[in-house]
Amino acid sequence: MNITFNNQLLRRSQSLIALFLLCALIALLSDKFLTATNLWNVLRQISVNVCIAVGMTLVVLMAGIDLSVGSVLAFSGAVCAGLIKYGFAFESLDLFVGFTVLGGILGAMLVGLLLGLFNGWVITKFVVPPFVATLAMLTIARGMTMLYTQGIPVSNLGPELEYIGSGWLLGIPVPVWISLIVVLVFVFISRRTAFGRYIYAIGGNEKVAFLSGININRIKLAVYGLAGMLAAVGGVMVTARLNSAQPNAGMTYELDAIAAVVIGGTSLSGGVGSVTGTVIGAAIIGVLNNGLVLLNVSPFWQQVAKGVVILLAVIIDKMNRKEA
Amino acid sequence: MLLETQNISKSFPGVKALDQVSLRLQPASVNALLGENGAGKSTLLKILTGVYARYEGTILLNGEPVRFGSVREARQAGIAIIHQELNLVPQLTVAENLFLGQELRTPLGLLDVAGMNRKTEEVLAKVNLAIPPQTRVQRLKVGEQQLVEIAKVLLTDAAVILMDEPTSALSDAEIDNLHRIIRALKQEGRTIVYISHKMDELFRIADTYSVLRDGVMQGEGRMADTTEQELIRMMVGRDVRIETKTNGTGKEEEVLRVSDLGLQHPYVSRRMALQGISFGLKKGEILGIFGLMGAGRTELLETLFGLHPDRSKFDLVLEGKPCKVQSPLSAIRQGLAFVTEDRKGEGLILGADISANISLPTLAGKAVLRKSKENAQARSYISRLAIKTPSEGQLCRNLSGGNQQKVVLAKWLSTQPRILFMDEPTRGIDIRAKHDFYELMKQLAAGGMSIILVSSEIPEILTLSDRILVMAEGRITASFSASDVDEDRLLKAALPGQINPDRRLRQP
Repeated sequence: MNITFNNQLLRRSQSLIALFLLCALIALLSDKFLTATNLWNVLRQISVNVCIAVGMTLVVLMAGIDLSVGSVLAFSGAVCAGLIKYGFAFESLDLFVGFTVLGGILGAMLVGLLLGLFNGWVITKFVVPPFVATLAMLTIARGMTMLYTQGIPVSNLGPELEYIGSGWLLGIPVPVWISLIVVLVFVFISRRTAFGRYIYAIGGNEKVAFLSGININRIKLAVYGLAGMLAAVGGVMVTARLNSAQPNAGMTYELDAIAAVVIGGTSLSGGVGSVTGTVIGAAIIGVLNNGLVLLNVSPFWQQVAKGVVILLAVIIDKMNRKEA
Repeated sequence: MLLETQNISKSFPGVKALDQVSLRLQPASVNALLGENGAGKSTLLKILTGVYARYEGTILLNGEPVRFGSVREARQAGIAIIHQELNLVPQLTVAENLFLGQELRTPLGLLDVAGMNRKTEEVLAKVNLAIPPQTRVQRLKVGEQQLVEIAKVLLTDAAVILMDEPTSALSDAEIDNLHRIIRALKQEGRTIVYISHKMDELFRIADTYSVLRDGVMQGEGRMADTTEQELIRMMVGRDVRIETKTNGTGKEEEVLRVSDLGLQHPYVSRRMALQGISFGLKKGEILGIFGLMGAGRTELLETLFGLHPDRSKFDLVLEGKPCKVQSPLSAIRQGLAFVTEDRKGEGLILGADISANISLPTLAGKAVLRKSKENAQARSYISRLAIKTPSEGQLCRNLSGGNQQKVVLAKWLSTQPRILFMDEPTRGIDIRAKHDFYELMKQLAAGGMSIILVSSEIPEILTLSDRILVMAEGRITASFSASDVDEDRLLKAALPGQINPDRRLRQP
């Protein structure tokens, strides 16, 4: 890693160790944990959060936040379902466009990208704090989802889309493939491109980045756009798994994504962290949920446990930084 | 009350800020404290007001030795300071500001608003400020805010009042009012320490003077017994060793010409922060810009680097071609580079390593980054600039000030600039790194790079510059070539209020 090499190596191996210990503990308590079925299940369950959390990582590295991803996920999932099932009608032109599954997916991603770009535009053009701008989008996109679906799920979308949600390819579930590709692409972008370096630079010190000739607003716009697009990818996956777009899909997913980012060692003040750390963070949350289910712990306790893990992660991170 | 210091010394790593300074401040008098930037004035103020609790020497208050461990202790002993920058909360009212942290309470423990307003009215009357106590501070003019600061000091009944450049933001009428108040305070028997660069004011208001230079007391006496000429001589010093610049060859080709540069003041409308600035820069030349704090030197560099496109106006010709600089990016593309004054806030990403910092301005347009190339580049600068670090992967946070500054320089050299701006490049770095820097700058200039050097240190300016411009109050007030520079004239041109009788820039 190029930026903050020393800290990061320590931090990343630390969350890896935590993940390993957690797995070992659950394996000791439940013999169902270390079965192939269960492990694939865990990976499939975390794949949506991984996609969203990768986008969130970029935003948080820039010292921003995106609260709208859950709603953007719901809206783009609904758009995906609506386009596939009903197509798109320009009534004034008396024109009807039908969509293939691929067309529906691309349409959803475009919608996610546009909503994300809108976030970025409000944040850069009007200097609205990201928290506020994306909070507004959280309710706007949710409302648009309700309007678009009239509050009713859009179901029976055909076997092709269902395959994306529940199928297997080369012995690996399709959603896991998707999240794997997303992770690889964004690990590369964040580590090996100027764009990725600029994200770290802006989070590290925005003034320095500006004086070094970096077009800050353009980078911010692109990052919020990407975060929206990755939320849409998550939306497609959720819709495909249920073979149905639920109007209230993705509620509080933004919090899971932020949790994965934070547990993965990315600093909310920006400049420090990594995509791979976030993946480990998402895995810790997934394994924890899975383990508590296997151990028959009440779902109410699962929420408490997740909160405690977030606190522990941040407190350990703070203590590390004091020593450094 | 009599305040006295005996043999006060204070050291910072690499610098002796104060060396055996003894000072006697008589009650019922106004004492002028003079010195260039970096002479030790602020250090002395910080010791007197309890900011620095560790120093050598003794402070005597009415003959009793005292030692202030905190600002609060100094204040309780009756020493108050009015800072150059105002310390008021703009959203609160005048009364709320005056009583901030020392609110009056009713027997029930609630705020005694009526009582505070009444007392506020009393002190406001003392400073000739006719405004209701409930006025929000943000609605006041700067001069009125200054008076509120003074009122705050009067509220605590301080016996010694230190004023650090109290008139830097005031109009002439406001200065007259301030001086009336100071005389009244003197009548009451209070001790005033008045710091200012404005000689005419000092001769009007002060009774005694003390001059500091390089942390050493140069002279004390009664204002009536001295002259402006003598005070300037004490401030500058006669024993400054000057290596004369001897490098006058091949400097004919003009690479930069700035004409009629103006910069709107950021907060005050219809007031200019910079005005009528025109100059040229030749290839391989080091152009020094001297001035006191607030003269507008940093703003000039910032404007040329494209940081204030919305409120600046100027014509720029680079190597014979007219061009526009609207942003740092376009400045870098035109071959400009800017080593900023505040290396931690504006120069470096402290949490990133050396090689990432150096490559930052040159990544644009590169699709895939090669860490090995970045590291190789960093290593070459580490050896060329003699940066002391275990490796190019070291975080900049862990480097010393001098080495951090070298990384900033390396970062800008990596853009291969034609023109290098350097704003106080050696501030806060040790003597050794300073000399390394001087050598580097001379080498760069000899290699054909043109440098604009902004500095408050006269020896630095004299050692390095081929030509020197002096700025005061947002304008160029003098120009010297290296061969005919005269320190007295240099410093005099830097003092405010020297331009001409009309003081346009001071009118709000």
